[in-house]
Amino acid sequence: MYVLSAIVSLTLLGLFLGLLLGIAARYLKVESSPIVDELESLLPGSQCGQCGFPGCRPAAEALAEGKAPATICPPGGSALAEQIAALLGLDLDLSDVKEPELLVARVSEDTCTGCTRCFKVCPTDAIVGAPKQIHAVVADACIGCKKCIEVCPTECLQMHPIEVTLRNWRWNKPSLPEASSSTC
Amino acid sequence: MLSFFTRQRIRGGVHAEERKVETATQPIVYDFPLPKKLYIPLQQHVGKPAEPLIRVGDKVLKGQLLAYSQGMISAPVHAPSSGIILDVNDYPAPHPSALPIRMIVLETDGKDEWIETCPVADPFELTPEDISLRVGAAGIVGLGGATFPTAVKLNMGRENHIDTLIINGAECEPYLSCDDRQMQERAEQIIDGVRLMLHGMETEHAVVAIEDNKPQAFFAMRTAAKFFPQIKVIQIPTRYPMGWDRQLIRYVTGKEVPVGCRSSEIGVTIHNVGTAYATHKAIRHGQPLVSRVITVSGGAVGRPMNVEVPLGTLISELFNFCKVNIEDTARIVMGGPMMGDSLPHAGLPTVKATSGILALTQSELKDTDEKPCIRCASCVTVCPAGLRPLDMANNIRVNQLDAAVDIGLKDCISCGCCSYICPSNIPLVQYFKYASGEVMARQQAAHKSEQTKRLIDDRNARLERIAQQQREEELARLAAKAERERLKAEQEAAV
Repeated sequence: MYVLSAIVSLTLLGLFLGLLLGIAARYLKVESSPIVDELESLLPGSQCGQCGFPGCRPAAEALAEGKAPATICPPGGSALAEQIAALLGLDLDLSDVKEPELLVARVSEDTCTGCTRCFKVCPTDAIVGAPKQIHAVVADACIGCKKCIEVCPTECLQMHPIEVTLRNWRWNKPSLPEASSSTC
Repeated sequence: MLSFFTRQRIRGGVHAEERKVETATQPIVYDFPLPKKLYIPLQQHVGKPAEPLIRVGDKVLKGQLLAYSQGMISAPVHAPSSGIILDVNDYPAPHPSALPIRMIVLETDGKDEWIETCPVADPFELTPEDISLRVGAAGIVGLGGATFPTAVKLNMGRENHIDTLIINGAECEPYLSCDDRQMQERAEQIIDGVRLMLHGMETEHAVVAIEDNKPQAFFAMRTAAKFFPQIKVIQIPTRYPMGWDRQLIRYVTGKEVPVGCRSSEIGVTIHNVGTAYATHKAIRHGQPLVSRVITVSGGAVGRPMNVEVPLGTLISELFNFCKVNIEDTARIVMGGPMMGDSLPHAGLPTVKATSGILALTQSELKDTDEKPCIRCASCVTVCPAGLRPLDMANNIRVNQLDAAVDIGLKDCISCGCCSYICPSNIPLVQYFKYASGEVMARQQAAHKSEQTKRLIDDRNARLERIAQQQREEELARLAAKAERERLKAEQEAAV
């Protein structure tokens, strides 16, 4: 008798819990790992493909699965690598990460025809202008996505390094001593 | 036992070779020939640059307002001599990068003719607010090198009910002796400036702190302050960086300024002796800040001296006057050798912040042969801010800036004690300067990426709105067309 009641009650319990799990799997389904979303929001979102993945989302997925190193994103530089490593709890060696060189678009006034194509594609509205007027790039808003370069019919838009002024001038990193002097 | 406790008042620091004797024993030189051209930067202070109100070709008199201050924290710029405005344009700034900055170029006419000034007979009749206004209008900024507008500091002093005003006569940097000489020769004027500052800040007491390697300046100042019991003149030990505001406050009052706070929050404000003298000139004589005393020294200088020069004088002209041997000059430094900036060439103007110009020979420079860190912790011992320079440098070397910030990078004052003491010649302070700039750049980058997201969202919203509008118009057009056709059909049916 005891054996029978135990079998019945455990079976019922098992069925009930199984049902609960089934319902939970159906209604509380997680679309994707939340860490992937967090990683994606850290990445620049320009879908440049320099990491070897087709976009920032696939790169974030690879990072979450541990298939890619924290230093995966070249445009992000070491600042981004540090953020990713902190989020994923990874150890990080940043000594050979290259800092990205930031470029911004600039209009050459000699060849701009005022065709208005560039400012229509600019994702941040960084180009100002009007038909048959020379356009100009607001350097502070340009993200260097190069979309305007592709559409410009006269190649008057070119990428240039950001102009160094007293406001953004920084001290260089001291260079490391040469190997010969560090072995003594 | 007691001395054991008082010694705790100084943290860290080094005692560098002073090398002040060459200039400190000679009186200030006043016969500097007026330069043909003066280059006057519009920003010689912390805050917003001044806005020019003259035009090219205007004739100006000495002391005339050239550019007015704009914004809360700013300072005006006055003509250092009489003459004609040649240009308002970008010229190389007195900065390690020598990048261009906006300057007014003044061609002097040699007459050095003052504009009409309005001296005040009894400045203690003026209200404290009036003192601040006059100091602000005279373009006075902190002449110790920080160049924070003095009027703003006086106003903050009134608002925060300061109980002690400290006058910084430490002049702890090697080579420099301009404050020393000014205290010896202009003690009464400086003490008068201190009294005016006390009046302007509604503060009771002032302490003039002078390092004990300047006994003559101390005696001169004590004599001048004899009749003013509210001003105390004290000697402080000679130790770099004694002139750092927090170190000085700690020594003089025993209070420590908390991290991230201003000294005014604990009831103390510091002004430099040169600033006190400029205040005296501005209030008693109505003269704005148009010249300053500069120490020209270093191994390559033939005639080292303290000399009063109009602001905007090119360093090359100073060097001619002081017989500097350009071939022997390995490095030109503006300011002191510990915290000053190395300048790439001498074609740069002197500004309100220029306390000294050094022309150093190769033998005076530090050995740059860098060796590995031996973990002797000398840098930890000398750090006046109580940091661990070796650990911070190790973090920065492998680009772990966040880790460096966590152990106090932002509290580093770039005093250079760690680099000075390091037996392995590791350029520690250069690492910290680089890292501070990089942290700033990252903050700006983070700000920019936020802005970028906002711009992209705004643009998408706009495109969406336009598309919506077009759809609505299209629908309206279609509806109108259907309506027309229906009416037409009805008419046809009626016919």
